[in-house]
Amino acid sequence: MSNRGNSLLQVDNLSVWFPVGRSFSLFRRRKYVHAVDGVSFDVRKGDVLSIVGESGAGKSTLGLTIVGVYKPTKGRILFKGIDIHNTDKKTAKTIRRKIQMIFQDPFEALPPHMTVLDIVGEGIDIHKLAESPADKIEMVSKALEQVGITPPEDFLGRYPHQLSGGQRQRIAIASTLVLQPELLVADEPVSMLDASLRGSIINLMMDLKESLKLTYIFILHNLALARCVSTRIAVMYLGQIVELGEANEVIGDPLHPYTRALISVVPSLRGKRGDKKIILKGEIPNPINLPSGCRFHPRCPEAFDKCAKEEPQLVKIKKNHYVKCLLYQ
Amino acid sequence: MTNTPLLRVNDLSTYYYTRKGVVRAVDHVSFEVSTNESLAIVGESGCGKSTVAHTVIRLLPPNAKIVSGSIVFDGKIDLTKVDDDILRKIRFKEISIVFQGSMNMLNPVMRIEDQIAEVILIHEVTTKEEAVRKARDLLETVGIPSSKGKDYPHQLSGGQKQRVCIAMAIALEPKLIIADEPFTALDVMVQAQLIELLKNIRRKIKNSLIFITHDIHVVGELCDKIAIMYAGKIVEYGELKDVVNSPKHPYTVGLLEAVPSIDGPATSLSSIPGLPPNLINPPSGCRFHPRCSKRLELCDKEVPPLVKVNKDHFVACHLVARDRE
Repeated sequence: MSNRGNSLLQVDNLSVWFPVGRSFSLFRRRKYVHAVDGVSFDVRKGDVLSIVGESGAGKSTLGLTIVGVYKPTKGRILFKGIDIHNTDKKTAKTIRRKIQMIFQDPFEALPPHMTVLDIVGEGIDIHKLAESPADKIEMVSKALEQVGITPPEDFLGRYPHQLSGGQRQRIAIASTLVLQPELLVADEPVSMLDASLRGSIINLMMDLKESLKLTYIFILHNLALARCVSTRIAVMYLGQIVELGEANEVIGDPLHPYTRALISVVPSLRGKRGDKKIILKGEIPNPINLPSGCRFHPRCPEAFDKCAKEEPQLVKIKKNHYVKCLLYQ
Repeated sequence: MTNTPLLRVNDLSTYYYTRKGVVRAVDHVSFEVSTNESLAIVGESGCGKSTVAHTVIRLLPPNAKIVSGSIVFDGKIDLTKVDDDILRKIRFKEISIVFQGSMNMLNPVMRIEDQIAEVILIHEVTTKEEAVRKARDLLETVGIPSSKGKDYPHQLSGGQKQRVCIAMAIALEPKLIIADEPFTALDVMVQAQLIELLKNIRRKIKNSLIFITHDIHVVGELCDKIAIMYAGKIVEYGELKDVVNSPKHPYTVGLLEAVPSIDGPATSLSSIPGLPPNLINPPSGCRFHPRCSKRLELCDKEVPPLVKVNKDHFVACHLVARDRE
């Protein structure tokens, strides 16, 4: 992948495996859930990269590994050239501040016993960013204003149960902003919110991106939303990226049969679209015993004999458009 | 519309009596569903759409009360008045329901074929063997191999459990199926599989469907009619294509613009300012007026009636009423 020089985040052949069960015999091979398996991509400054796919594809594991919750089994993640899982403690702490995460469920992500001031200010305390308590309140208030929670003084003493879903998600965003992050990983940030409120949270995030020069990685299952917000889209299937490219390219001219199927089943109100729906049989297989060859071949409508034997590589088809499928090799 | 609708809900109000006050979850709602017709009820969480469903099948919690109106089923029975014995005969036999997250409502210690057979045994004079055989056929109908009938719910995926619930709902070929957010928490691909399944089932047993959802895009492929609910009231109601192609109520317009589409122009998202109101103290007049950009002076004073703008297209908005004068 080109442009490695000016990328903000570089994910290099990343694998995250989780051991399952216990091996009683010395000779039995230990089994693993291959949540993320050999994933590489770059995120440039100012990018909005959406990672899409069905549940179980490994999207959230990838997001959590980028923010440092999980350690890679193989491969590495570089933030501005520094390996985030393999650096001295001080640098690691600074990097953790620069890469922040927003979670799906604002009802569960905020601790119920803490006030808005405590929640948003927690990061300030951890990273010792405030010189005095007054300074901290000022920083928290500023962040609340940035996310449209006004007037901030009315909210500082409130608890999460006194806030609506949209307000909670704004508080979650504010608690990352106080740390002056550069990269935000947002895992389904609006899927728990009502339709009429989703736009306002997404628009807020887009405004913040412009004013604070942020970079985003969105984890989404809604392709229509991904198309609206992102510059680039990565499609994941069973722990691997199967297609990666500019958002318009991936949605407008999908190459991988999986991407085509995903796009074809997005419900649409405006009558029938030209293309027929491609409904895949079954569900995403379990990531412990993976299919041979191309992992998608048991469900692929275009699979041929080679697909069960040979694993395709992620290859460049067009400018900035990569696909992992034997049809193109 | 045919002469007698299968279900006629007229001026229905269901309130919840809580310590904080009376929640007017459903407030003077009327709609009809004809035989072999499908109606979508669309709205945000807390707008009362699930309460409508639970009132129709009379599965309300003890603190809920039907305050006004009638639900006439099949032209003869008023479901708001009948006693429990008759209700028990109607449920699943005449009207069945697929709940939101109903996959978590399966009995975890009972084999799935026995759970489906139980529904059949209760309502039909038949033997256990006959009922189980029928249950296996039903599993095949909903796309689960009948060899899986001996499985317990934990051995199935979320999509498969939802299929089992659909099998139970269609077991006795009821005249009306109510699906209350049947696809929440399911993946797009599983959702697409289930939409196809519901379409095929309806082609086969020709039942009516009330489909309750917050996702207006899903209804396009399943429903003939649509009712948009806001804060306990129906604000727009009509043929799906009329409502979608020429929405009249500002809330419907906002809702349609707030959801991104995959094939339209890639515009930025819009949203409706403000929050849905608390139904203990709903706003006066039109309940949408605090969030409405086209508010008139009249809107916070008078409740707009549901008026006919076109054949089978009704809107409750002062703006529309004014334009017609």
